[in-house]
Amino acid sequence: MAITPPKQRIWWNEPVEKVELIWASIAFLWGLFMFGFMIAWHFIGQQNLNKEAYRIAPSAYEAKVDEFAKKFKVREEQGVPVVKPPAGTDVYLLGRLWQWWPILELEKGTSYRIHISTVDWMHGFSLQPVNINISAYPGYEHVITLTPTSAGEFGIVCNEYCGIGHHMMTGKIYVVDQKQAEVDQRLAAGR
Amino acid sequence: MWWTRNKPRLINASLRGGKVVTAETVVGTIGKSAEFRTCQFTGLKVDVAAQSLIKANAVAAVVFLLIGGLMGLSVALTRWPAVHLLPAEWFYLALTGHGTNVLLFWIIFFEIAVLYFASAVLLNSRIAAPKFAWLGFILMVVGALLTNYEVLRGESSVMFTSYPPMQAQPNFYLGLILFAVGALIGVAVFFATLVIAKEEGSYQGSIPLVTFGALTAAIIAVFTIAGGAVILIPTWLWSLGLISYIDPLLYKVVWWSMGHSSQQVNVSAHVSLWYMIAALVVGARPLSEKVSRTAFLMYILFLQLASAHHLLAEPGLDASWKIVNASYLMYLAVLGSMIHGMTVPGSIEAAQRRNGYNKGIFEWLRKAPWGNPAFAGMFLSLVMFGFIGGISGVVLGTEQLNVLMHNTLYVPGHFHGTVVTGTTLAFMAATYLVLPLIFQREIVWPKLAKIQPYLFGIGAAGISLFMMGAGTLGVPRRHWDITFSDAPLPYAESAGAFLMMGLNGVSAILAALGGAIFVIVVVGTVLFGKKITGGHKLAFPLHAGGGATVSHYGSEGTIKLPGTIILVAVFFTAFVLYYFINWKYLSELWLFR
Repeated sequence: MAITPPKQRIWWNEPVEKVELIWASIAFLWGLFMFGFMIAWHFIGQQNLNKEAYRIAPSAYEAKVDEFAKKFKVREEQGVPVVKPPAGTDVYLLGRLWQWWPILELEKGTSYRIHISTVDWMHGFSLQPVNINISAYPGYEHVITLTPTSAGEFGIVCNEYCGIGHHMMTGKIYVVDQKQAEVDQRLAAGR
Repeated sequence: MWWTRNKPRLINASLRGGKVVTAETVVGTIGKSAEFRTCQFTGLKVDVAAQSLIKANAVAAVVFLLIGGLMGLSVALTRWPAVHLLPAEWFYLALTGHGTNVLLFWIIFFEIAVLYFASAVLLNSRIAAPKFAWLGFILMVVGALLTNYEVLRGESSVMFTSYPPMQAQPNFYLGLILFAVGALIGVAVFFATLVIAKEEGSYQGSIPLVTFGALTAAIIAVFTIAGGAVILIPTWLWSLGLISYIDPLLYKVVWWSMGHSSQQVNVSAHVSLWYMIAALVVGARPLSEKVSRTAFLMYILFLQLASAHHLLAEPGLDASWKIVNASYLMYLAVLGSMIHGMTVPGSIEAAQRRNGYNKGIFEWLRKAPWGNPAFAGMFLSLVMFGFIGGISGVVLGTEQLNVLMHNTLYVPGHFHGTVVTGTTLAFMAATYLVLPLIFQREIVWPKLAKIQPYLFGIGAAGISLFMMGAGTLGVPRRHWDITFSDAPLPYAESAGAFLMMGLNGVSAILAALGGAIFVIVVVGTVLFGKKITGGHKLAFPLHAGGGATVSHYGSEGTIKLPGTIILVAVFFTAFVLYYFINWKYLSELWLFR
């Protein structure tokens, strides 16, 4: 009875059921496998979060993002600059109450060093509908090497509660397929 | 030599003085003249002081379940885009209150009642220092009311987790601190009662398995509350302006050493209750005391590492640190739960076969007392905790897979699977035994009570699954408006996400109905239930062997458990499939390193 003392004074001396032993061994081995698979994914997988991060004053980070946006701005959308950085360079993204700033335009199949941080509270970088979710902190500049593998228009949604305007906090990333664009151009010219 | 001369004299002195340190000299003689009654169903001696404390804590638990449950319903109805019940400020307020009331107040009040039951009642002992225990209770009530007051005033909508730099009113934190101090007193009374019972010889041999599980919960609670103190006290001082800065990343690391570990307290407590209900209702004995107790020990040794589950998408943390911690060191704590997941149904199958339901593979399960809400709630809790809460928890806590659902609705989906379908349902099931055994009242409206675990269980399972579904589609958590109608840069969630949120709302209504029936039955029984007197037959009978004094090992050894083996095989297959499906999803994401 589970509500009464065990028959043997020293419960460690009680025998173990065979079926229990088998199940515990299977569960233990499955645990070992899952543990090993996380390590293995660092070698065989293409999706591993970088630990590269720097301490930075929020105001200093804001200045860096401003400068970046000014330098590579190609147009404006509803007052927000759309920034197209050269392929393979450093890209800066800023979370603040309540927007992800600026809008980015990236190329498909090209790697970028994306810097993410915030100026005020914690925010969530949730790239949709791709569904990549990363936390962003004030004072920590997180650097991720990101390679878009699909083209189109993507939303950034904030998924860390950040006060009354949390549900209005969004951002945008455009991904263009450079090769496809060139093919389209040639086709258009040929006609 | 001076030490050889000194040493014996020291021992002599203590012997001569007759002042040996015992629980008596530490706690005092207050409870020595305790008043007992004998339970007519189990033959256990019940300390009347312990009984009153169990009653008070259980009633407080149900009150906060009612408050938190109503807030939860309003949250789910707001998330249902077609209803969108509350305005934004109210939504975030209700969500903060929902988390604190059900996750902290309901569960911890009930756990204190479980601790007193597992120590004083199951060990036939008086409770240590009942006045001290009442002080703890009062502190918990005051703390809970203070925090609720601050939340309702509307300036502390910082969510249950209260991540800085977002700041609540000082009394929000103070209420939580008072509540934690009160809970710590309850835990101390539990330990002292164990010592007293041992010294006064109120039981023979080792403590029962259920008490052992409760002891596991209490030990984890001590370091959980210590972690809470380390982070909440500085945060309180910060809100008073006495500390200028709290690092948000550091806060999150330490806060979750309380926040996640306290969920392990819940697991230990509700697994203990699974064993207790199985013992009382079908007369189940553990297959092997050694295996079940070792599984509880795994919780103590490894569950503390779980803080990392909340830090897998954070900047600056090393992958090796994440892998070791998030896996509870090679999944050894998960191993503990998987063992309980087999030994609990296994002990029920063995008991049912001994009770004569030995035909075929599943007669024991078909002919189980499904009409007894204690059993039905317990078994649903067991199945859903494993399939919904358990599997999703391992997937969510895998280093790389976390990026798929971090901070999406998948996270609340997962923990409603553990804390609602697991812990809350098990606590409700146990309440159907507490009412006749401790309150000594016959359960009113037994027909309503019969359907309650099913209504609540199915509703809660729906909440978990549909939130997990929405999260998989990218819907953010703690979010008022998934249409983004006020956002300057619009974004549209998929039609599937809207469907999920609607189904989540319907499930929440079902669960709320089940919750309401629970509260009505409990309150009705406590106030109007027929007093149970000598020779009374219960509407939901207990197993005749409920009062056996010593467990017997061995009879299970001769009984094969084909039903349990099949159940466990189904679970394992589901686990492995779901695990790899998520790796497939992950491999299709954009590349990042």
